[in-house]
Amino acid sequence: MSEGERHEIGSKLSFDRGRPGRWAVSLPDCDVPLAAMPPSSLLRDELPLPEMSQPEIVRYFTNLACLNYSVDTGFYPLGSCTMKYNPKLHEDMARLPGFAAIHPLQPVEAVQGALALMFDLQCFLAEITGMKAVSLAPAAGAHGELTSVLTVRAFLEHRGESRHRVLVPDSAHGTNLATVSTAGFHCQPIASDAQGNTDLAALSAALDDDVAALMLTLPNTLGLFDQNIVEIARMVHEKGALLYCDGANLNALLGQVKIGDLGFDVVQTNLHKTFSTPHGGGGPGSGPVAVKAHLAPFLPSPIVGQDENGGYVFEEPEHSIGKVGAFQGNFGIVVRAYAYIRSLGAAGLREVSENAVLNANYLLARLRQSYDLPYERRCLHEVVFSGSRQRAKGVHTLDVAKRLIDYGFHPPTVYFPLIVDEALMIEPTETESKETLDAFCEAMLAIAREAEEEPDLLRNAPRTAPVRRLDEAAAARHPVLRWQKGERA
Amino acid sequence: MLERIGVASVDVLFDDIPSNCRNPKLSLPPPLSEPELAQELARMAARNRSVAEMPCFLGAGAYRHFIPSVVDHVVRQGAFATAYTPYQPEISQGTLQSIFEFQSLVCELTGMDVANAGMYDGASALAEACLMAVRITGRRRVALLSTVNPNYQRVVRTYAEGHALPVDVVEPDAVMLNDGHACLVVQHPNFLGYLEDVDALEKRAHAAGALYVVVPEAISLGMFKSPGEYGADIVVAEGQSLGIPLSFGGPYVGLFATRGEHIRQMPGRLVGQTKDVDGRTGYVLTLQTREQHIRRERATSNICTNEQLVALAATVYLCAMGKQGLRRVAELCYHKAHYAADRIAVLPGYSLPLAGTFFQEFVVRCPRPPREVNAALLERGIIGGLDVSERIDGGMLLCVTEMNSREEIDRLVEALSESRLW
Amino acid sequence: MADSPKDRRYTKEHEWVRLDRGEAIIGITDFAQDQLGDLVYFDLPEPGAQVRQHAKLGEVESVKAVSEIYAPISGEVIEVNQQVTDSPEVVNKDPFGEGWLLKVKPADASEMDSLLSPEDYDALVTIAGEQH
Repeated sequence: MSEGERHEIGSKLSFDRGRPGRWAVSLPDCDVPLAAMPPSSLLRDELPLPEMSQPEIVRYFTNLACLNYSVDTGFYPLGSCTMKYNPKLHEDMARLPGFAAIHPLQPVEAVQGALALMFDLQCFLAEITGMKAVSLAPAAGAHGELTSVLTVRAFLEHRGESRHRVLVPDSAHGTNLATVSTAGFHCQPIASDAQGNTDLAALSAALDDDVAALMLTLPNTLGLFDQNIVEIARMVHEKGALLYCDGANLNALLGQVKIGDLGFDVVQTNLHKTFSTPHGGGGPGSGPVAVKAHLAPFLPSPIVGQDENGGYVFEEPEHSIGKVGAFQGNFGIVVRAYAYIRSLGAAGLREVSENAVLNANYLLARLRQSYDLPYERRCLHEVVFSGSRQRAKGVHTLDVAKRLIDYGFHPPTVYFPLIVDEALMIEPTETESKETLDAFCEAMLAIAREAEEEPDLLRNAPRTAPVRRLDEAAAARHPVLRWQKGERA
Repeated sequence: MLERIGVASVDVLFDDIPSNCRNPKLSLPPPLSEPELAQELARMAARNRSVAEMPCFLGAGAYRHFIPSVVDHVVRQGAFATAYTPYQPEISQGTLQSIFEFQSLVCELTGMDVANAGMYDGASALAEACLMAVRITGRRRVALLSTVNPNYQRVVRTYAEGHALPVDVVEPDAVMLNDGHACLVVQHPNFLGYLEDVDALEKRAHAAGALYVVVPEAISLGMFKSPGEYGADIVVAEGQSLGIPLSFGGPYVGLFATRGEHIRQMPGRLVGQTKDVDGRTGYVLTLQTREQHIRRERATSNICTNEQLVALAATVYLCAMGKQGLRRVAELCYHKAHYAADRIAVLPGYSLPLAGTFFQEFVVRCPRPPREVNAALLERGIIGGLDVSERIDGGMLLCVTEMNSREEIDRLVEALSESRLW
Repeated sequence: MADSPKDRRYTKEHEWVRLDRGEAIIGITDFAQDQLGDLVYFDLPEPGAQVRQHAKLGEVESVKAVSEIYAPISGEVIEVNQQVTDSPEVVNKDPFGEGWLLKVKPADASEMDSLLSPEDYDALVTIAGEQH
């Protein structure tokens, strides 16, 4: 591709490239007698797919890749995303034919290696979280959330109880609320107090025997460990409700504490966050759910168990909520997470959380001179600032974020959690060096200065990215969601 | 760094954790170095018999198709594999444009107006489609044909539990719908491999005011009419056949497409085309107000992923196969499956119990329990079909794709013939 | 902004209503459109639908937010502003004029009395503005 073509790559899609008659693959001839075709009324006339040669495809997608920022190109300070480095050995391992080329419905005697891996990972996750049973079936964190809440629902129904509400902190991620609705419960928000903990008075007022569960992220989306967690667990259980942990922020706690020991009944983990599997630009992930013994019978099917000879088998929990996916979860992702845990061991996992928390506190210490810190506490693995000081000068957090791109960094999470004005949520993870952290701080401090002295630099940012700010309003008002013939963009 | 933070040790940073729970013992195996880990995993992988080393005739929702080498080459690139969700579009155009391609390709394949960026898999996509139909029609009952994949039926039930939505299973020749039904779900070809009467079923669904939800098989769309052409309102499918490894069940990607009028009720991520301040064409996440991060408890779904790297693989596959390739693959599957069926049908003791047109899968009735037949096949180094004897006496669901050579099929036939004699 | 048109009444939820020859014209205020940002979509009831005072009648979406629209008075929907459907940005540009949302046949004109006067609404907006 020429420079000009690369610059205009967005205007020319696969359908606009290539030539009629081209394709990129060679297939064998038909080596069997031809059967009679079905009636033509059943068959399609047109198959309007692109016609590109293999070099054209490789160039097109390789040039598209060049437009992307990624962990392999730079630092992502995204709060609650845990954008740590993705070890390359795990990519090779997941591609071994013994893992990648096995059909999900093969007889179990033919896939004992896969089942052993799944069984071991179930055990590892149970051990790490302090739980008793694990399902690897959920395909993503949000899928794990839904699985968890449906499990809680089934448990309560089995006990003959009819409870309708789930309590969720006002700092909660949107998926928590959407999950609660999908699971058929009513969501009740609980306020956070001035220290960033769950407000105990608010919680007490809300807790009654119509509450099925309290959903907490720990540490929460402010990066803070709830200082009242023991009391909260007691209060929740006293009313016969369950305590669910959204494990998105587990990176702060690996080896430091077991979620189960704090009183939680159920937790969903995110293998694509805490356990280093790659983000893929938006998946695939995996969201295994770990539960205490009383919830184990309700987990989705199948779970990997062992028969009396020590062989591995699939089992259906006695009162299972059913299935949440066609097969047994994202095995390819499970392999990578398994490899990660085996490469670190207990001491290694503890080091992960120590360095994650150390790095975040370092950023807190360096950046607080220029950005408002809404909660006067040490953070865990992520820190939340407010861009209110900058906003007073007429510059928004959005502008700070876009200007960071010009400095070569991906922006942090912005405008979340909702309880912080002009929020900037920063999670460095443990895989960033001090040099990178310092460079990031220099950039953030420079931008704070620019906000005072030359705010237009922020408002017009980014200038150096492959494209500049895009018209999202037009995209939403007059959605163009697919290629249309004859409409060159 | 500790000095800058102002603490004596890292330990202090964890002081909020109750002391009686701090520093628990973690019983995990000791860490392995890279070469040790590689060896250990290779050992575990070697304990599995893969479809790379032996012929496979197993389908039932996951399929062994040819994956062009260019697919993994693209998907392995760090800029795709290690990128985050494209919330900052200026530095995510690679991902965003790929998603736009995927949406476009899914629309062309399914014959529908609009497609999302992907869902977890075909089964959960179907469940979400049923919830969407409930939202649109305001009705509460979901009807599924009995010939829909049983795993998919289970997932629909699990999702329907939340709002206690009744799920009715109806027989294809006795479809009774009423004004309580939000949708009729038809899998085509069905779970057993056979084509349904999709035109007649469309009429029944729409006569009852229910939405017509069709679940086609992805490769079959290279040959057969697209669901958009026969009146589908929502189309969901498993995308695994499109260049995605079997991987023991995942990660896969669910395809999801619908009519333009339902777009605001559609779950999942959507990418739209627009321009930047310099007038360059670019792509952004759009109509995000449907999604969890904005609409929160009133979102169309809690989904936060689009299985992007898997969707990208499917995108590259469809570009690589193109107009000619996909049709060729579909036809190869069709002819080879029919060759296998014809040869097995004349084996003493075996028969084809079902009538009708099939694509790449069909049911044979075995003279012995399919479980035993499969054990015999495995001893001969062949992965046999799915035991469906619960539905059809002695039934085995066999799948033949473009990856099964004539020689392999002949070996299967020979092995089936011999296994009868044990 | 603290200078809302005098010929109409307002709600705490930032809707306005103006009577014109027996028809009630309803819209959202300048403060509302400014808070929401670039507006992209309106979900409004069809002509013939009934709306009830202070009950939700529809939704408005910007790129990054969704907000409910509440009926300032009760009645039957006569007309929906087609311009708003085609080009929602008209509400950003002219929320009190061209950006009107719908016309309603009022069930009970006296309901207007319970709404905020322009001065009271301006006071509300000024306080809200300071909090931001």
